Amino acid sequence: MSVSATKSTLAAAPASRPRRRLHWALVLPLGWLLLVVFLAITADWIGLPDPAAQELILRRKPPSAEYLLGTDNLGRDMLSRIIYGARTSLIVGICAPFLGFLVGGAIGMSAGYFRGKIDLLAVGFIDVLLAFPALVLALTFTAYLGQSLFNVTLALGILSIPAAARVSRANTLAWANRDFVLAARTIGASNWRILTREILPNLLPPMFAFWLVAISVIIVAEGALSFLGLGIPAPQPSWGGMIADGREALDVAPHTALIPAAVMFATVLSLNFVGDIVRNMVDPRRSAL
Amino acid sequence: MNDLLRISDLVVEYPVGGGRRVHAVSGVTLTVRDGETLGLVGESGSGKSSLARALLQLPPPQGGSVLFDGNELTQLRGKALRAVRPRLQMIFQDPIASLNPRRKVAEIIAEPLIVSGVADAAERTRRVRSVMEAVGLDPDLVWNRRPHEFSGGQCQRIAIARALVLEPSLIVCDEPVSALDVSIRAQILNLLEDMKARFGLTLLFIAHDLAVVKSVSDRVAVMYLGKLCEVASSEDLFASPAHPYTAALMAAIPEPDPDLPLGDTKLKPGDPPSPLDPPSGCRFRTRCPLAEPRCATEVPPLRAIAPGREVACHFPLVA
Repeated sequence: MSVSATKSTLAAAPASRPRRRLHWALVLPLGWLLLVVFLAITADWIGLPDPAAQELILRRKPPSAEYLLGTDNLGRDMLSRIIYGARTSLIVGICAPFLGFLVGGAIGMSAGYFRGKIDLLAVGFIDVLLAFPALVLALTFTAYLGQSLFNVTLALGILSIPAAARVSRANTLAWANRDFVLAARTIGASNWRILTREILPNLLPPMFAFWLVAISVIIVAEGALSFLGLGIPAPQPSWGGMIADGREALDVAPHTALIPAAVMFATVLSLNFVGDIVRNMVDPRRSAL
Repeated sequence: MNDLLRISDLVVEYPVGGGRRVHAVSGVTLTVRDGETLGLVGESGSGKSSLARALLQLPPPQGGSVLFDGNELTQLRGKALRAVRPRLQMIFQDPIASLNPRRKVAEIIAEPLIVSGVADAAERTRRVRSVMEAVGLDPDLVWNRRPHEFSGGQCQRIAIARALVLEPSLIVCDEPVSALDVSIRAQILNLLEDMKARFGLTLLFIAHDLAVVKSVSDRVAVMYLGKLCEVASSEDLFASPAHPYTAALMAAIPEPDPDLPLGDTKLKPGDPPSPLDPPSGCRFRTRCPLAEPRCATEVPPLRAIAPGREVACHFPLVA
């Protein structure tokens, strides 16, 4: 009797604990991310002042009823710039790793599945790409190709190829030796069919979780590029560019640098939280292995 | 009975770095007759699974020939090989690992039909349903489920259904019941027997459990360290083993009576030698109670000592 009671409490405990932990650690970051995405999408329709409109008399004003987050060095509305800046950060943050994951994922899958010479070539290519200091490579790209949203996205996308290739190669290696892949071969399935039907579905969940984390890394990288003046060209607002502008007046108007920094911090932290949780949720059975 | 499968001088070696090679299968010659169940026994690491995978060309062996129903499989590549593959199917030891966790049961069983070019979806559905019923799965219950929702025994039924749906000639069963509960084993073994009769199958049945092999096999081949020791009909082999290794295996079968003393295998103590560096001559000589100097210098060939009875030993126990 007592034994069965202990058993049932033991069985109930692990089921209830992750659910409670999931509660605030998932809802808070997810709520923040949804808010950022919602505002970035609807920025044009919610009555924001023009993010490029200057009001030089009202420069570096602290937050007030009229300017909820104050104004910057040129008297532009900070709230509006933050929200339009979110648009830039999200476009680069989502598209760049997606690009990298398409290319890197395909390279990693081929390397992990075919092994041999293809693997050697792919791993060599990845190592060469990794040997370049990431920021220098991105700077070179935008310096030569010109500063634009597309070029920044392309540069950061190329930077995310090696990480994506490594994740997909490691996962492919693990899956390609499973018996069900052997079974697919015994029925005469082609390599293409095995890769797309047997291995890819098992690769997508970990890749998705990794992609969420990659978004946060890319948002920071885009901020660094803008901070160095080689990111998105002015007057299009971006968080990194705002921090760079605000740095000049850090002593007299600290909010001009701290507010965009805090927003970027919250967004990146939220992405990492959600990414971690998704990775754990992807398959609890397999993570136990 | 015709020979469905003729393996000759099959060699499987794996490089392990430093120029060394694991000699997993060293020159095995074996025939499987149409409609029979051939049991293949041997301890872990004796090369049973390597032999099975090599004959299915997964991957192709390093040497020897595999003649399947007039096709020399080792000479086939690419599309030609894929065209023959559906006729040789395999059932794996771990039923859960042999099913893709991300796909539904109906998709898993229909996959061979799609690969073979059965384009008509209604025809596929009909054949999947009929094979599900044949292996004792309720199509309406299992159709949209995923493998992790099933027990090992149920998963093995799904794997058997996938192997059967193309109506193959030969099924290689690589320890199909070793990973299952004892209570489920008999069910799966009976199912295999039923399916064999119903679809006219030939089975190559790999196992290390002698009781299982005895119950299903018409003939039995015994492997030790990459070579065949003995091939004989099931009755002959179990009644009077001719190879000292077979005799030791028989002696090691536990009797279901706690009062009986454990059988003495008469083996010299120790582990099987490493397949990296197999002994000269007869590979069993280092543990054989009958070993003589000749065994170290001369490899005993697999030779017939009676009709349908072959043994690879200089001093067989049955003359």
